[in-house]
Amino acid sequence: METTKLPPTSPSSPTTSFSVPSAEKVDGFPRRSMRRARQRRSHSSSQFRYQSSQVELTPLPLLKDAPVAELHDLFCKKLQQCCVLFDFLDCVADLKGKEIKRAALNELVESVATSRGVLIEPLYPEAIKMISVNIFRTLPPSENPEFDPEEDEPTLEASWPHLQLVYEFFLRFLESPDFQPSMAKRYVDQKFVLQLLELFDSEDPREREYLKTILHRVYGKLLGLRAYIRKQINNIFLRFIYETEHFNGVAELLEILGSIINGFALPLKAEHKQFLVRVLIPLHTAKSLSIFHAQLAYCVVQFMEKDATVTEYIIRGLLKYWPKTCTQKEVMFLGEIEEILDVIEPSQFIRVQEPLFKQIAACISSPHFQVAERALYFWNNEYILSLIEENCQVILPLVFATLYRVSKEHWNQTIVSLIYNVLKTFMEMNSKLFDDLTASYKVEKQKELKRDRERVDLWRGLEEQQDRRMQMLTEAARNQRNLQERGERGDPPTPSSPQTSLSDQPEPKPSGASSSSSGGGESAT
Amino acid sequence: MAGADQDDSLYPIAVLIDELRNEDVQLRLNSIKKLSTIALALGVERTRTELLPFLTDTIYDEDEVLLALAEQLGNFTMLVGGPEYVHCLLPPLESLATVEETVVRDKAVESLRKISQEHSPVDLEVHFEPLVKRLASGDWFTSRTSACGLFSVCYPRVSSTVKAEIRQHFRTLCSDDTPMVRRAAASKLGEFAKVLELDYVKSDIISLFTALASDEQDSVRLLAVEACVSIATLLPQEDLESLVMPTLRQAAEDKSWRVRYMVADKFSELQKAVGPEITKNDLVPAFQNLLKDCEAEVRAAAANKVKEFCENLPEDNREQIIMTHILPCVKELVSDTNQHVKSALASVIMGLSTILGKDNTIEHLLPLFLAQLKDECPEVRLNIISNLDCVNEVIGIRQLSQSLLPAIVELAEDAKWRVRLAIIEYMPLLAGQLGVEFFDEKLNTLCMAWLIDHVYAIREAATCNLMKLVEKFGAEWAQNTIVPKVLGMANDPNYLHRMTTLFCINALSEACGQDITTKQMLPVVLKMSNDQVANVRFNVAKSLQKIGPVLDSNALQTEVKPVLEKLATDTDMDVKYFAQEAISVLVLA
Repeated sequence: METTKLPPTSPSSPTTSFSVPSAEKVDGFPRRSMRRARQRRSHSSSQFRYQSSQVELTPLPLLKDAPVAELHDLFCKKLQQCCVLFDFLDCVADLKGKEIKRAALNELVESVATSRGVLIEPLYPEAIKMISVNIFRTLPPSENPEFDPEEDEPTLEASWPHLQLVYEFFLRFLESPDFQPSMAKRYVDQKFVLQLLELFDSEDPREREYLKTILHRVYGKLLGLRAYIRKQINNIFLRFIYETEHFNGVAELLEILGSIINGFALPLKAEHKQFLVRVLIPLHTAKSLSIFHAQLAYCVVQFMEKDATVTEYIIRGLLKYWPKTCTQKEVMFLGEIEEILDVIEPSQFIRVQEPLFKQIAACISSPHFQVAERALYFWNNEYILSLIEENCQVILPLVFATLYRVSKEHWNQTIVSLIYNVLKTFMEMNSKLFDDLTASYKVEKQKELKRDRERVDLWRGLEEQQDRRMQMLTEAARNQRNLQERGERGDPPTPSSPQTSLSDQPEPKPSGASSSSSGGGESAT
Repeated sequence: MAGADQDDSLYPIAVLIDELRNEDVQLRLNSIKKLSTIALALGVERTRTELLPFLTDTIYDEDEVLLALAEQLGNFTMLVGGPEYVHCLLPPLESLATVEETVVRDKAVESLRKISQEHSPVDLEVHFEPLVKRLASGDWFTSRTSACGLFSVCYPRVSSTVKAEIRQHFRTLCSDDTPMVRRAAASKLGEFAKVLELDYVKSDIISLFTALASDEQDSVRLLAVEACVSIATLLPQEDLESLVMPTLRQAAEDKSWRVRYMVADKFSELQKAVGPEITKNDLVPAFQNLLKDCEAEVRAAAANKVKEFCENLPEDNREQIIMTHILPCVKELVSDTNQHVKSALASVIMGLSTILGKDNTIEHLLPLFLAQLKDECPEVRLNIISNLDCVNEVIGIRQLSQSLLPAIVELAEDAKWRVRLAIIEYMPLLAGQLGVEFFDEKLNTLCMAWLIDHVYAIREAATCNLMKLVEKFGAEWAQNTIVPKVLGMANDPNYLHRMTTLFCINALSEACGQDITTKQMLPVVLKMSNDQVANVRFNVAKSLQKIGPVLDSNALQTEVKPVLEKLATDTDMDVKYFAQEAISVLVLA
């Protein structure tokens, strides 16, 4: 009977992959990308179905034929006409209406882009309304819950034929020489911007590309919204880092931020530093780092170029979030470190060299050859090499033991020969120090082993003591309980004293036994 | 006691702290995980005066270390000297509750909640509540987020002045500037409402609930739906209509599908919380809308609740509501365009038959079951098959077999082997439900046919299926019905079928017992040791190894041993290998 409760939707159930044609099942491991590519789908948000009654569109006269006096009125009517939404999932529904709207949008785009004096004040609310109605929508659920932007084809927006023109119109509107920020700011307000930012989660890269340019223009022209935009981007990132780990537009937002950071005034405000330390650096922890790493590293380096004093925060932050298990990310981190070192000031370098080179040494001893190789490439960078040379006294002792050991035991020949080169460079830099370190290598190794042994001894001692004390504590608690119970029952307390003295006597024996067994376990591991 | 003092002097705090500061993260982590050992070595007093200040001051470490620390401190009460001193643990936990990493913060809050119970009411007001206030007014969102989880644990045990302050702080956080904090507050709203006095629920919580439920971010609004369940449970029936329902109605029609999804997902809880009257008037239409939602995610979530919702309808007019309002929507969902919706429905739809009774089931539900049983999506079909038992109970086996069995038989011969595989896996279950007589009559031939399927996975599953059937119906049934057929295949011209005989014997010997194995199966196996195909011969060796334990020692020595010895000198390497293996496993050497 219990078998009836089999969870039918459990992912491990063999039946979930039924619908995959058997041809693909041959090797049993179809690439996810292969599976997706076939069913390249598009979806549209549910907003269309919320429109109560479908309006029949009738074509209006062309803008270019309209007499000047009626131009604005006609423009307005076209804007209103474009507020009607169509069902793009049903590709044959209302083709005539779709065509009328497309033509009207095209005309609006062209008119805003080419003719002067069209954008007068009464058109602003109509234009912003048309844009809002078309682009603002709750993004539909992802077709593929484990959407992997690197492997899978994105789901495209079905209504793109219209949506693209609306975005195009918005962009031309913002870029028009007639555009007046003072008029626009009444309609492009905080609420508008918030909704605009939410759209960056769209799976459709074409939409995100438009959004990026548009947000950039808004940021550039509407000064009053700048702080708000930055704050909301922060919120999106923090949610991405700490709550959902899912947001499609991180790279695009970072790209905008790159140029925003570029424009920061000096000295940097506390708000901006906080953004660097509490948002940009933690972004490195994201699982999907590879998708936006280039943009992120650019932002980080921008900060350093603005103000060298943030260097220490950055390096220490990266070291804190250094990937533990993902070698692919480790290579990215090393790449970013090199970008940073390329522009680092020597005075800042001295502040971070110690923890940094400990990490670099750890990377060199990585069994993954790409990680080791990427770290060793630092010695091919002339500027980094000059920094290392200046601080050879500090750095060489940090990396020497690793280099020496890995040169003898790494499985990959390329790594071994790279290490020989690095060792040779060091020898030339400071042969005295190099010889000293070579001479003391064995002694240091011995010391290290001794420290390890001492640690094992310390913990063994602590655990023996813990066993003894726990026993004493439980004894004490039991005695106390006995005492209390007797006290409550009114028994004379005298019999308890021989009992306690008795309980003290056998104490060493069991603890000795248990400690020897736990000690044995310790040394085995 | 003198011995213990000596121990103390053995371990100066510096040595221990060095361990907690070790350069190697892994060693540091190990030390932190054994923090209780260190504390025990130091004794309660030095733990309070030396270890805890050190921990409080040096909280800048890898998140993994911090997580371990946050967890440890939750169990530290005895190690600092009992409840009297438990407040000493607050400073390090307070710092941990402000770090960035959510996992660490959550653990710190969990530990704080735990030790809050060990505070005396006085300590709670003197030490704990100020901490909550500090967190609630912290600069960075992390501390305010953490504060949200602490209000409900201290509220019941503090004075009314402090209570008022706590309510005020919670109110502030509900309208916090950052959505992260509003989300945290919204997710704790229900929990907090539960510890509040009813008057304050009505005056404070409702307005917060209404505000959060119309937040500009859908991620906040959807959390308010969860709170709705607890709040509705707390309020007297007569207040629900005016205080809760407007918000709930609005949520059920929210423009964001995430919020509607949440409503669908919590529908049964909501239904219980608002009671039968409101259910009839409000929730039935709302549920209909959710079943017809334009987003498949929402429909699937609602479809999942169909059975539970119907079950919990007020009994007096349950049938009428289902028949006129719910069933029409269900009928549409059977042919939904989205397979997740259909499979969600298929997993619960069978449950309706117990609610609607025999006649309605036959008239209205059976056609739907049949349609879903023939659905193009295998998961849908499977969900139906796996719930056949509840229909069986209502309409009886005869009716069921007449209407559903043809469809099942059809699936058993499906062109896709994975579908056949799924059906095989449900055979033992079906057999159990239908009984031996019915099984012999309708399904037995199918089960035997699978043994000669051209896909190995099917043959393998069919073998396993036979074993389960024998476990259900017993050895005697096996002897009469299946063993002869299985043994007959030993003479098949196709060596794959001959091997299937061996595989069946491997699977069945134990269930059939010594007698059948020795008398009927063993001779066949032994005879097959002369097969021309090496694969058959080495499978004979493997089979003998497998059934050896079931045989008596006489048969082993006189019959099995000579054959294995002969196979051990076979020309084929693999045959030799397996024969030798069998000899050594059965200890025949």
